[in-house]
Amino acid sequence: MPPTPALCLYLAIGFALASSVVSFAADRFPVLLRVGSFALLGASSIAALAACILTLTGNLPFTGELPLGLPWLHWQLRLDALAAFFLGIIGMVTLAVSFFGPGYVRSYTHGHSSLGILGVMTGLFIAGMQLVVVAADAFAFMVAWELMSVASYFLVAFEHEEAANRRAAFLYLLMAQIGAMLILLSFGVLAGFAGDFTFAAMGNTNLTPIWAATAFGLGLLGFGMKAGIVPLHAWLPEAHPAAPSHISALMSGVMLKVAVYGFIRLVFDLLGHPHWSWGVIVLAVGSVTSVYGVLYALVQHDLKRLLAYHSVENIGIIYIGLGLALIFFSAGQTTFGVLGLIAALYHTLNHALFKSLLFLGAGAIVQHGHERDLEHMGGLIHRMPWTAFFFLIGCLSISALPPFNGFVSEWLTFQTALQATTLESGVLRAVIPISAAVLALSGALAATCFVKVYGVAFLGQARTRRVRHAREASAGMVLAQGLLATLCLLFGVFPTNTVGFLSKITLDLTGYGVSAATSQGWLWLTPIAPEVASYSAPLILLGVLTALGAWACVYFFTRRRRRTQPVPRRDPWDCGFGPLSSRMQYSASAFAMPIRHIFRPAWRIHEEKIREMDPQLATRPVQLRYLIHADDLSWQFFYVPVERFVQSAARQVGRIQTGHLRHYLAYSFFTLIVLLWLIT
Amino acid sequence: MVNHLNLIAWLAALLQTALFVAMAPLFTIWVKRIKCTLQNRLPPPWSQPYRDFRRLFAKEVLLARTASPVFRIAPYIVCGTTIMAASIIPFVWVNIPFAVMADAIVLVGTLALGRFFLALAGMDVGTSFGGMGSSREMTFAALAEPAMLIVVFALAMLSSSTNLSTIIGFVLDQPLALRPSLLFGLLALILVGIVETGRIPVDNPATHLELTMIHEAMILEYTGRHLALMELAAQLKLTIYAVLTANLFLPWGISRSLDAAALGVSFVALTAKLAVLGALLAVGETLVAKMRLFRVPTFLAVAFTLALIGMLSFIMLEGR
Repeated sequence: MPPTPALCLYLAIGFALASSVVSFAADRFPVLLRVGSFALLGASSIAALAACILTLTGNLPFTGELPLGLPWLHWQLRLDALAAFFLGIIGMVTLAVSFFGPGYVRSYTHGHSSLGILGVMTGLFIAGMQLVVVAADAFAFMVAWELMSVASYFLVAFEHEEAANRRAAFLYLLMAQIGAMLILLSFGVLAGFAGDFTFAAMGNTNLTPIWAATAFGLGLLGFGMKAGIVPLHAWLPEAHPAAPSHISALMSGVMLKVAVYGFIRLVFDLLGHPHWSWGVIVLAVGSVTSVYGVLYALVQHDLKRLLAYHSVENIGIIYIGLGLALIFFSAGQTTFGVLGLIAALYHTLNHALFKSLLFLGAGAIVQHGHERDLEHMGGLIHRMPWTAFFFLIGCLSISALPPFNGFVSEWLTFQTALQATTLESGVLRAVIPISAAVLALSGALAATCFVKVYGVAFLGQARTRRVRHAREASAGMVLAQGLLATLCLLFGVFPTNTVGFLSKITLDLTGYGVSAATSQGWLWLTPIAPEVASYSAPLILLGVLTALGAWACVYFFTRRRRRTQPVPRRDPWDCGFGPLSSRMQYSASAFAMPIRHIFRPAWRIHEEKIREMDPQLATRPVQLRYLIHADDLSWQFFYVPVERFVQSAARQVGRIQTGHLRHYLAYSFFTLIVLLWLIT
Repeated sequence: MVNHLNLIAWLAALLQTALFVAMAPLFTIWVKRIKCTLQNRLPPPWSQPYRDFRRLFAKEVLLARTASPVFRIAPYIVCGTTIMAASIIPFVWVNIPFAVMADAIVLVGTLALGRFFLALAGMDVGTSFGGMGSSREMTFAALAEPAMLIVVFALAMLSSSTNLSTIIGFVLDQPLALRPSLLFGLLALILVGIVETGRIPVDNPATHLELTMIHEAMILEYTGRHLALMELAAQLKLTIYAVLTANLFLPWGISRSLDAAALGVSFVALTAKLAVLGALLAVGETLVAKMRLFRVPTFLAVAFTLALIGMLSFIMLEGR
């Protein structure tokens, strides 16, 4: 019997749950986690990938039912093209994690934290994400969503001995629950009109504009809270560094994408025809989020925190694509609307790949260099060459440089934005190019940030003893990074084939695809028409390889003739002041200093200069340290006011709590009367 | 796309790229000679940059003890991406097949890739100079690149294409009229070009004074063949921006066919345009003093604003 998508889907979820069950005994037998649990996760991911490929190459979406849930509404499952695509993303990253995990969790075997919890929750987390994307009714969706949120809460709180981690986990749980409540309300609006909780019924209802806008707003906030749009991103930079690195890769690479999935499902599938103002809102949110994220990433020196802020930036880029799609769809320009959606989906895939790659690389550094602070790293390329190589590919991809994958999705977004001239409204024609300019700025700033990351962490000289003696990561960990790096290159070099697949998704979701993009064969990506724009990554790569080959021939020819020894090494130029020390290098804070100077109002910077003087000689410092910390402005302008408001509102409400029995009886009495009045 | 599998066209495009690369040192020495004349100094001979290359390529390569493979591979990548960028740009012939492979956005991306490795090479040895140069280069690039892209966007909206050949063809077909979007775009591109190629008043290519230098700080540790490649890339980049300015905004004279006479006219016209642009650059560099480092963002903000005004003026005034 050939495998069907349904079988693969059930296998994927089953294996993930099995990996969770196996891990119950991991506290006693750690080898179970290292071998059994991760092997089952790998099987789950391969099954998920198979389900994705079978669905995208076949035609029929699979619809099924699980005998769980309410008596009158069993869990509805539906594996359509969109769900399959996200299932595939989950599969790819999980596969890499299942290679990476066994080596990485070794460092936890002698710690205080429970390995059992780690394994159990990882399995549940992945099963939850897989269920979210295939759930076809609001009830199943919310249960799966909560499974994902709560399981990941335990993973964030994994090293709960540290107070900062407990605080991060609590913040995460709080925001996840508020977000879930908003999503529930949004589904509630839809279910109220549809009279049913299934997505099929919801998609067929016609909402009044006000209620449609309400459902959209609730969905934007609810899913945005999980995806991390500004200013609802506050949990991200706290939670990602707290979790173990392979979990950070899953959370940042996949879980945020599941939130994007939810938003796409709600807006493009369930809500019907969009209003143009939704597009403008999403576009504005995306633009602000992308620049905000990258500016905050620039001033971080904790590697994982920096990557978390970059996730915020990339979510912004995805939302820019979605906003463009909404604007063009609302104007009836479906060709360009589809293109925006494809750009957003492409970037979703790309971000999942390169961000997981970077988080896994950060995990390898944390495990073998014992450092998360960039200011203490340096020279890691000499100690961890493979990790350094793959991390470089991740940096190039996230900086949107050709020929890697990040560039293609940004290029598509730009191409969509440039079609703004076809719109009727003058305001929209002006707003869209400005958001494209913002996207260009955030892309360029991202490149700056990753020169900083790579230059400070991997190049130069080691700044601490532990980093100087770092070892290369284990084979599995390197393999996991190599897998993701290869995918980054492949999706960058073969964009036409990828867009062909993505076009199937939009065809299934909206009824429109882009035939023009792939009409010139696999060599050429022509999103609108060949004369408007074309890009041929394979030919460029071919050109690069030819040039490299020619150079190599010349090099080896002259080398044989010269028969030189290895290139002589000398000391670098030190201005004649004696040997260079690692303290003389540019640090991460120093690198970002000009940017800090230029965009001063964007942060609230705390500087601390520590200067310890020699007790014998008051003019001679023995220790000089410069600490810098940037507070997130969203706390000052959003969270603290909200918190104050909640506090004062609670105090006001607290006034009716008099403590007298007769008052409470009166409350009950009046409530009863109001209820009776409402019923009759 | 099929008609681009024409072998002669590809060969012509390759030859054009070779001509581009060969003329880059000539443009640099032209600017230098005019500057020398204006400053009452004896100018170097025309062959000086070519002689420098010969000398550098013959010299032994030395590496710093702390240098990693990134340091060794960076010159090839920097030079290679710059040559690739040059190959995308129509030089004396408009309809080159390379322009179909990579459009104007890819051009910006390619230059950004080279800059990424240049900055990494600066950080690699672990000296303060390299880090200083990289930090400044990337900071200014982060502001210059968006401005450059907006100029591209304005041109792309104007001609409904991001393909450089199509854009130039569109400008050629236009009746001679002053379009505000093109004027602002031209000004913005010149400012961006000055920043990106490290000319006065942003950076001074002639000094090794540590307080002022950006580009020179990053390549301080390079020797021999590596240095030659880095120098070639820098000279080529200057020529790229000059050719972009000349061909995108003042394309008159450029050939649209592979006809020998037309190509000759195109070559003469381009040489004249580049000569004028180079002379203007030299005069500007002689008249203006280098500005303080933290004034440069203001300079770039002007470029960004000009580009944005150009784009918006197209949308508001000229669109539809």
